[in-house]
Amino acid sequence: MARLTINGKTNEVNVDPNTPLLWAIREQVGLTGTKYGCGMALCGACTVHLDGKAIRSCVTPVSAAVGKQVTTIEGLAAGGALHKVQKAWVDYEVPQCGYCQTGMIMAVAALLKDKPKPTDADIDASITNICRCGTFQQVREAIHAAAKA
Amino acid sequence: MITKAPKIDRRSFIIGTAAVGSGLALGLKIPFGATVVRAQDGSPEINAWVVIRPDDTVVIRVARSEMGQGTITGLAQMVAEELECDWAKVTTEYPTPGQSVARKRAWGNFSTGGSRGIRESNEYVRKGGATARVMLVQAAANAWGVPAAECSAANSVITHKPSSRTTTYGKVAEAAAKVTPPTEVTLKDPKDWKIIGKSVKRLDTMGKVTGAQIYGADLKLPGMLNAAIKDCPVFGGKVKSFEAAKVKTMPGVRHVLQVGDSAVAVVAETWWQAKTALDALPIVWDEGPNAQVSSATIAEMLKAGLDADQAFVRTQVGDVKSAIAGAATKVEAVYAYPFQNHAPMEPMNATAKYTPDRCEVWVPTQNGEAAFAATLAASGLPADKCEVYKINLGGGFGRRGAFHDYVTQAILIAKQVPGTPVKLLWTREEDMTHGRYHPVMQAKLTGGLDASGNLVGLHLRLSGQSILAAVFPQNLQDGRDNATFQGLDPSGDFTLGYTVPNLLIDHAMRNTHVPPGFWRGVNINQNAIFLECFLDELAKAAGQDALEFRRKLMSKHPKHLAVLNAVADRAGWGKPAPQGVHRGLAQMMAFGSYVAACAEISVTGGDKIKVRRIVCATDPGYAVNPAQIERQIAGSFVYGLSAVFMEECTVKDGRIEQTNFHSYDSMRIAQMPKVESIIMPSGGFWGGVGEPTICVAAPAVLNAYFAATGKRIRTFPLKNHGLQMV
Repeated sequence: MARLTINGKTNEVNVDPNTPLLWAIREQVGLTGTKYGCGMALCGACTVHLDGKAIRSCVTPVSAAVGKQVTTIEGLAAGGALHKVQKAWVDYEVPQCGYCQTGMIMAVAALLKDKPKPTDADIDASITNICRCGTFQQVREAIHAAAKA
Repeated sequence: MITKAPKIDRRSFIIGTAAVGSGLALGLKIPFGATVVRAQDGSPEINAWVVIRPDDTVVIRVARSEMGQGTITGLAQMVAEELECDWAKVTTEYPTPGQSVARKRAWGNFSTGGSRGIRESNEYVRKGGATARVMLVQAAANAWGVPAAECSAANSVITHKPSSRTTTYGKVAEAAAKVTPPTEVTLKDPKDWKIIGKSVKRLDTMGKVTGAQIYGADLKLPGMLNAAIKDCPVFGGKVKSFEAAKVKTMPGVRHVLQVGDSAVAVVAETWWQAKTALDALPIVWDEGPNAQVSSATIAEMLKAGLDADQAFVRTQVGDVKSAIAGAATKVEAVYAYPFQNHAPMEPMNATAKYTPDRCEVWVPTQNGEAAFAATLAASGLPADKCEVYKINLGGGFGRRGAFHDYVTQAILIAKQVPGTPVKLLWTREEDMTHGRYHPVMQAKLTGGLDASGNLVGLHLRLSGQSILAAVFPQNLQDGRDNATFQGLDPSGDFTLGYTVPNLLIDHAMRNTHVPPGFWRGVNINQNAIFLECFLDELAKAAGQDALEFRRKLMSKHPKHLAVLNAVADRAGWGKPAPQGVHRGLAQMMAFGSYVAACAEISVTGGDKIKVRRIVCATDPGYAVNPAQIERQIAGSFVYGLSAVFMEECTVKDGRIEQTNFHSYDSMRIAQMPKVESIIMPSGGFWGGVGEPTICVAAPAVLNAYFAATGKRIRTFPLKNHGLQMV
């Protein structure tokens, strides 16, 4: 049993503490916006925030999240209003299949918190998520738009 | 959002469908008469394509699957154009394959591949919209007691001009559903289109940015259990034994099951529990004779085909042997293209619930009808006891179209736990090692130039795997797989854009035990590399500019030439490039569209390639949604360039060696070139969008690499040559 704070709510999850946070979020808490893509921290589809920092939840054990604030895509929009990254994603029609986009958005939201006006080089260095549909051109445009918002 | 089966009143359903003609009658001949077919919420169905709610919401039914390519939005645009409805009030839903069977394929083909969604169904979906419009207008005219000819429709509002009366679609929908449909409708002239051709926003974006969209991997059903699976790592092998007792007591584990001849699954309360137990489960495989096969043995087999006497001839013009023998200059090159995995971001999955009376499947599929067929076969139940619910896909790229191995597995598991829904989700490792791979292919090209550098003879010999022989052998023509020649055809959707006086194109079929599949772009990918790189090799041997050399061969192919000229003009071909920047060209026709690209690259440190910019042109005949076409072009380059730089599935001991993205990589944003799209629809035909452009990126970059370094790369991926994409 572990106590997790996800999107401001406390959840008691009955899992082995070595269970990846991803699967506790998806299967115990029932929030499925955070995706499984590789299980090896390679693709970033599982990206969530742990105390505001982007992490790959597929390799982060539940034990590492105890006592910390976990934010998932479902918790990004505050008070029902889309986060500026989500809004830019809508405006620039970034998603194609969309499966990787929740992780991509979480990675970008963390980047903008860290660097409110990222350069292209900043984006290249910190956004390493895989998107097989190949939305990168729109991702870059939308990041710059969100930075201006 | 999961599209549920609209509930159709059983009696009206039978009456309504009894008179439907066969095949693609498509609602046009559905005389529902006074019996109204209703959607689940009770709203009347005007015809198979259109349901209108009292609040004027228009529900457009789309049979093709949305996997990111935008087909739902594009097809809805086509229905809405003829329907004359308010685009802001449009929503969509999927009909189910079971309904399709019951209504004699009222929605036509469900198959979503080959870039066919719009190009194949544009006419009948527009007719569906037009028919519904005529019925709505007639209903309003009836209510007003005026001739329908005096009424017109726009933006979901019907106007009787002489009296200035108006009403809305929502208000007359109930009556319209009872109107006898017209037997013929006239479609709009393209110049009058208001929605087709506009970059309207996609209909499916919001759920993808909030996390609300449910993919197959996310599905939850009451009482559902979760399954993880391992199939024999060697294709064609079988399960010999497994020690279920070793994992039966692990947390959450409910069942340890054999699945068919070749797989073992653990069913548990959660997927993570199932996967953890499966990892701990001792399994002994009977790998069979294929365990002896390796990439080296396959390459040897293909190499022998390059000079084999027997080959399937696709095109033979003139006398190639004599022409080349008598040529002033002979050029010869051998190319090779590897196996590749589709690797959609969402691994394969399917959820099944089985009882002896009913089998239901929820699955992200590119072809609901094929998933349905797999359901019938695996469940052993008749069509009226089966149903498939399509879920939007987390990527398809061809993996989820012709193949429903994961559906079969899910049902074989569900049959062993009747009454309990089971969600089967593959690990990435299972997905990487049990794909339906891009076929492996080699090519030997031999060309002859006369003393003036004119191409007088060309022989392109392919040697490698046939997809059709493995997947649709009934589509072979006297044993020949015509799909192998995509882009090299004498006519049709994949026409070769060059006229060569002596030409031979043939294929020595060399099949392997590694199952091949339709991989975004299919055979156009390697054929474009073989042809367009070799054209550059010939131009070099002729001492001619790559563009001018091509132009001389293209006078009978004006549409091919137009896109090539467009990219050359935009990129500034023939003018000096910025310092350190080198250019390469390629053109092709694929899936009915004409495409060309000019790539600009720079090479640093001898091994780091930066693809800076790619100018791409496409002539798809009609451009339904230009903004989405731009996105498909840019995205196709990510798929195509990832493939040529990084991706190869190698075979060792009969199995695929690559297991995850660390050994089978994919481009990141840092590697993304600036893509400039020129969309130049010339009208009069319908070409595809999702796939065609993928094929020109790689040869354009390879030709630019030659321009930069003088080195010609002929085997792929480029990482095998120590070349890195930066």
